[in-house]
Amino acid sequence: MATVNINGIDVKAREGMTVLDVAQSAGIYIPTLCYHPDLSTFGGCRVCMVEADGSAVTACRAPIKDGMVVRTDTERVNQMRRVNVELIMTNHDQDCQTCAKNNNCKLQEVCAFEGITPERMSRLRRVITNKEQDTSNPAFKRDFAKCITCGICVRTCEEINGVAAIDFAFRGYKTTISTIGNKPILESKCESCGECVERCPTGALVVKNQVVPEREVRTICSYCGVGCGLVLGVRGNRVVGVRGDRQNPVNQGHLCVKGRYGFGFINHPDRLKAPLVKKNGTLTETSWDEALTLISGKIKEFTDKHGPNSLAGLTSARCTNEDNYLFQKLFRFLGTNNIDHCARL
Amino acid sequence: MAGLANAFGSGAMTNSIRDITQADVFFIIGSNTTEAHPVIGYRIRKAIREGASLIVADPRRIDLAEHADEFLQLRPGTNEALLNGIVHVVINEGLYDQDFIRERTEGFDELAEAMQKYTPEYVAEITNVSAEAIRKAARLYAGAKNAAILYTMGVTQHTSGTNTVLAIANLAMATGNIGKPSSGVNPLRGQNNVQGACDMGGLPPVFTGYQPVSDPTSRKKFEEAWGVSLNPEPGLTVTEMMDGALDGRVKMLYVMGENPALTDANLHHVQEAMDKVEFLVVQDIFLTETAAMADVVLPAAAFAEKTGTFVNTERRVQLINQAVAPPGEAKADWQILQDLAQKLGFNWQYGSTEDIFNEIATLTPSYGGISYERLEREGSLQWPCPTPGHPGTPILHGEKFTRGKGLFNPVEYTPPAELTDEDYPLSLTTGRNLYHYHSGSMTHRSKEIEELRPEELAQVNTEDAARMGICDGDLVKLSSRRGAVETRVEVSDIVPPGVVFMTFHYKEAAVNLLTNDKLDPFAKIPELKVCAVKLEKVAS
Amino acid sequence: MYDKQILICAGTGCISSGALDVKGSLEKELEKHNLQDKVRIILSGCHGFCEKGPIFIVYPEDIFYCGVTAEDMPELVEEYLVKGNIVDRLLYKDPITGESVTSHENIPFYRQQKRLVLRNCGVIDPENIDEYIIRDGYSGLKKSLQMDPKEIIDTVKNSGLRGLGGAGFPTGRKWETAYKIESDKKYVVCNADEGDPGAFMDRSVLEGDPHSVLEGLMIAGKAIGSDEAYVYVRAEYPLAVRRLRKAIAQAEEYGLLGENILNSGFNFKVNVKEGAGAFVCGESTALVISIEGKRGMPKPLPRPRTTEAGLWDKPTLLNNVKTLSVIPQIINNGADWFAGIGTEKCKGTAVFALTGKTNCSGLIEVPMGIKLGKIIHEIGGGIPGGKKFKAVQTGGPSGGCLPESKLDLAVDFDTLLQAGSMMGSGGMVVLDETTCMVDVARYFLNFTVEESCGQCTPCRSGTLQMLEILNDICEGNGREGDVELLLELGKSIIDSSICGLGKSAPNPVLSTIDYFRDEYEAHIKDKTCPALVCKNLIIYDIDQEACTGCGRCRKNCPAGAIAGDKKEPHVIDQEKCTKCAICYDLCPDRFSAVKCLTGEKITAMAKGGGN
Repeated sequence: MATVNINGIDVKAREGMTVLDVAQSAGIYIPTLCYHPDLSTFGGCRVCMVEADGSAVTACRAPIKDGMVVRTDTERVNQMRRVNVELIMTNHDQDCQTCAKNNNCKLQEVCAFEGITPERMSRLRRVITNKEQDTSNPAFKRDFAKCITCGICVRTCEEINGVAAIDFAFRGYKTTISTIGNKPILESKCESCGECVERCPTGALVVKNQVVPEREVRTICSYCGVGCGLVLGVRGNRVVGVRGDRQNPVNQGHLCVKGRYGFGFINHPDRLKAPLVKKNGTLTETSWDEALTLISGKIKEFTDKHGPNSLAGLTSARCTNEDNYLFQKLFRFLGTNNIDHCARL
Repeated sequence: MAGLANAFGSGAMTNSIRDITQADVFFIIGSNTTEAHPVIGYRIRKAIREGASLIVADPRRIDLAEHADEFLQLRPGTNEALLNGIVHVVINEGLYDQDFIRERTEGFDELAEAMQKYTPEYVAEITNVSAEAIRKAARLYAGAKNAAILYTMGVTQHTSGTNTVLAIANLAMATGNIGKPSSGVNPLRGQNNVQGACDMGGLPPVFTGYQPVSDPTSRKKFEEAWGVSLNPEPGLTVTEMMDGALDGRVKMLYVMGENPALTDANLHHVQEAMDKVEFLVVQDIFLTETAAMADVVLPAAAFAEKTGTFVNTERRVQLINQAVAPPGEAKADWQILQDLAQKLGFNWQYGSTEDIFNEIATLTPSYGGISYERLEREGSLQWPCPTPGHPGTPILHGEKFTRGKGLFNPVEYTPPAELTDEDYPLSLTTGRNLYHYHSGSMTHRSKEIEELRPEELAQVNTEDAARMGICDGDLVKLSSRRGAVETRVEVSDIVPPGVVFMTFHYKEAAVNLLTNDKLDPFAKIPELKVCAVKLEKVAS
Repeated sequence: MYDKQILICAGTGCISSGALDVKGSLEKELEKHNLQDKVRIILSGCHGFCEKGPIFIVYPEDIFYCGVTAEDMPELVEEYLVKGNIVDRLLYKDPITGESVTSHENIPFYRQQKRLVLRNCGVIDPENIDEYIIRDGYSGLKKSLQMDPKEIIDTVKNSGLRGLGGAGFPTGRKWETAYKIESDKKYVVCNADEGDPGAFMDRSVLEGDPHSVLEGLMIAGKAIGSDEAYVYVRAEYPLAVRRLRKAIAQAEEYGLLGENILNSGFNFKVNVKEGAGAFVCGESTALVISIEGKRGMPKPLPRPRTTEAGLWDKPTLLNNVKTLSVIPQIINNGADWFAGIGTEKCKGTAVFALTGKTNCSGLIEVPMGIKLGKIIHEIGGGIPGGKKFKAVQTGGPSGGCLPESKLDLAVDFDTLLQAGSMMGSGGMVVLDETTCMVDVARYFLNFTVEESCGQCTPCRSGTLQMLEILNDICEGNGREGDVELLLELGKSIIDSSICGLGKSAPNPVLSTIDYFRDEYEAHIKDKTCPALVCKNLIIYDIDQEACTGCGRCRKNCPAGAIAGDKKEPHVIDQEKCTKCAICYDLCPDRFSAVKCLTGEKITAMAKGGGN
């Protein structure tokens, strides 16, 4: 154990923690932009600067030492942080009201904390160095005028997904996040998992046609057998979005393209809404009672005439345990073990 | 699963996702993990980046092959031979785990003898993988502190599938890579609740928890609990049901949440059976290709509209929660089934899925300690979890195998049921892509996903394409002895010369019209992974 | 036996001014006079006096001809080599007295220099290892092979040598750290990623004396326990790369490089890694990352020193070309010899690329502690055209500008830093009164803006912001408070940037504000450019009294902006004028009718259309 003095208060810390870790554990806010708890540290945005034992360091990378004295609110610290946030803002599209990340934007949060004022901003020159948009991917959009080159997407793609479809390209103020050959993201090896979109601190990577949910429900993905935890975003009676459940031990919040973006089928107009019965060769809507009466009649007829083994049922690897249990129970009740499913596919 | 049950006494993933990803060496065979199980794929790529080694055996140069230390690009349908060759090297170079073999297994000497003929050179001829690569892979796998084998349908969807699983079990046992963390034999299950459907007795010969219907004790337990007398004879498998429909034994087929008219092998045969059966009931969320043929279609609730439990590939039981109401008059499947049971005069009175689960837990030893209350509190539990105080079982066969001692089962290589010939010179293998799911009834109706991959692109090797004058995006006709489809192609070196790959996600290019429904004699799995086809360019 | 040796400089500078043609022509002339067996031609490395190239020295007499061309060869051979008459017109002329100087040692440009790093440059044939060996080459290595590593390190420590790459870190201490770390593998890296505009000292050493660098590397390897080195050199230096590779091959052939060198049991391998010319790759961590084949971005602190974990995480000793090349002499002559040169805290010499407004320019090497004024006025020969000295910019694009009041400064690492500039890579640009200091700051900043790696906010966005402000100021759009804003930005960029590039990028701006703040204020408040440089703030106007209507300006104006009848005073149409200054330059001195004017009122008036 070590003790670190932050702004005059002693805080207990473990060796190996960073100044940021310790500050956060003590409930002390330090603004960050390029830091993300899931990823390796980068130290590029320079807004988490603090003074540690008198020298200016990035809190996200500086390891603590026993007896270290950290100051987060000195004139020097505030000056560096404020200037760096202002500099980022000079190269950032500031149309916040219409931005999908409005109220959910790390840059807004940091600006508010640092107290960026119109008076100070008006002294600076606006330089939007890249106004391009990449709308090639159907699920999300890249808006370079909002990119702060924090590299969180680059590290996410490499460290979370392991694809490394994007990286830094060019130098200086032309620095941008690029696919190989600077092609649209759709033509790259991007797997559209959306992990970078999930982590982008600004509106540079946003889901297209975003609808903000009014409530959220935790559940499990219904595609492959990995069993990732999902949090469904719901508005009215519509599922409008999906994010990974960070508490789920299987995926720890990570999702693939299907899990994250493949939810449109739930509210699709093609959904079956009433039982159908084939009449004169065409399936026509009917009541539950009629449909079930017809089926139960057929079951009795076949069992009586041909015995229960004339019935066969395919249960489902897509349905719940409870559904499956009742399905096989029903068939075995009827006297047949002709129950199978597509476990082999 | 039949193979693992034979070798270890229990057929499921032996380890957990989290602990496998700590392995030093991964041996991935017949699994395109990064596309079929993407989140596990992320973990593997991360482990490789952090220093683990990777062996990949696959006919296609899949994404993981690019990350592999040893990539064994074998001919389709030669898994068994390759594995036998690796076991041969392990045995002949003395790389096996003597203590483990002595204490935990039986039948090693028989295995050693049977494997003698599978020299790397002999295996190289069968598999087209070099003898040196086989040796290197064997040394890499056997030399690891902890090595995990992952496989999927690339192993099982062959007439020799069960034997291949046995060969995998031989390799894992011979090197002691089982019953401990970060190792094991791990079939990755392909569907969200395929493990649960099996656990729940969705198989002809067993009740829940794999309790045989033929076993009088088990049967008695269920008869007492349910208050009916039960049939002791195992029932028909899917393929047998189709045959039964065709020959008139089966009069009624009730399909819940499946689309065999697109997903099963040799579709003409399946569609004929569906046509022939007197009464077809389909319960689903969409009017699928199968539902369209039905006499009665029942509208079901989707996963987001119901509660219940799913079991993932690592035997983890997890709760699902209702987020929205089902559309129109659609109902949860269990409610439909209960309504039908009541119509049939059975007095079923389940008030909730929790009521059903409690009954499952009482009748199923491996689920005995699981309850909704625990799942809500603890998040999830991995079976076996026999008692309410049991923490669940992340790793199977820790101290002893379910069957006592692990049994080595020497297996001989048998070629695929259908080999290429003059008329059908190419091997067709099938699988998934990252974007779509099975018959695509869900993903094709999710706009973003559909836009990402709107149509099938059969993969044809560059050399083959050049010889046949085929370019990227060309329309071709692909035919086998059972049928023909038209599809666009992607000219690519992902497939080796002589091999064509297609997914089964697109009804417009339903690859299962071509596939062979010849079954693995034990597991009854059709040989979806290899058949002989020919390819012709369609004039545009 | 040869009677005479002729050294023709074949540095990059002289080659581009025709040295190889000179050689060809000379060979022809020698044959014509049947002298080919009597006169030996040596292509040497750079002599430093590139401005007067190609340089042509005849030994044993040491006659220094400069600016020779292929056409001069018949005369030179005939007159001097055959008849023995010195060709006066090709001798160096003292800019002040106008007198001819025969020996290069008597040229002020050379007289004040002390050449250690450049000892062999221009003196030997760099492609011939024997010439290096004759001048004590590889004897330092031989000596060091018999020394204990501690002994070598102590020698370097006691010599007081400080890294000549610019930062001036004590070399011996760095070696000691690298020596003390235990590791199965260590690397020595020679930093030859010379990126500053106008700096070419590393290139000259590699081109003119590559073996000295190899020998330095080997001594370093022996001292710290390393068996492998990389030379990271820009691919834009093809001649340096070629000569270095040739030197490596020759040394290997002589058994001076490779396995079991001179039967000492010491093995050493040198690799050449060509960089892609990113300025930031001169930074140690970025350089290491770049050798590893990745995008060269400096690693932010905290991180291990390169000496502890550098190339492939192994201890890596990184030294500059010049530092390494002087090492063999220190081993040969002893620590005291080297410590006897220079000042108390800075030993040895400093190499500068002297350019800009001086009569003589080129590569120079001077003892530490020499007065700044001496370099400019004696070695540089003063300011040409009778103009007044204004400032000297040292240290490359990240250095600072020092005014006349600092010419008494004794040049070394520390004094330059204290004065707001730095030694840096050794660029030294002399500026005269016609230079606008805001424009100069803008020029240097523009370089760092383009060369920033883009990783950290202050360097990526901060330098660009400062540049935008300077652009505004130069264009007459400066705002009240801009100077204070530049100071605030500069301070914050220095304080919070990741690496030395960002931490020094504001220097040209801060130092010019420090010493020439009035010029900034004039641009911002009065919209004037006192040096008459910033185009938006000046106009050209024709003095109607003085103009005789000769038409010279009118005929040559590329914009067609000048009108006027013959023998009548001309006028400039300010709307059309592009301020190219051709009229100003062409107007005969006897009229001097074209005036350059600055000031808000004047420019406003001009733009208002009235003349």
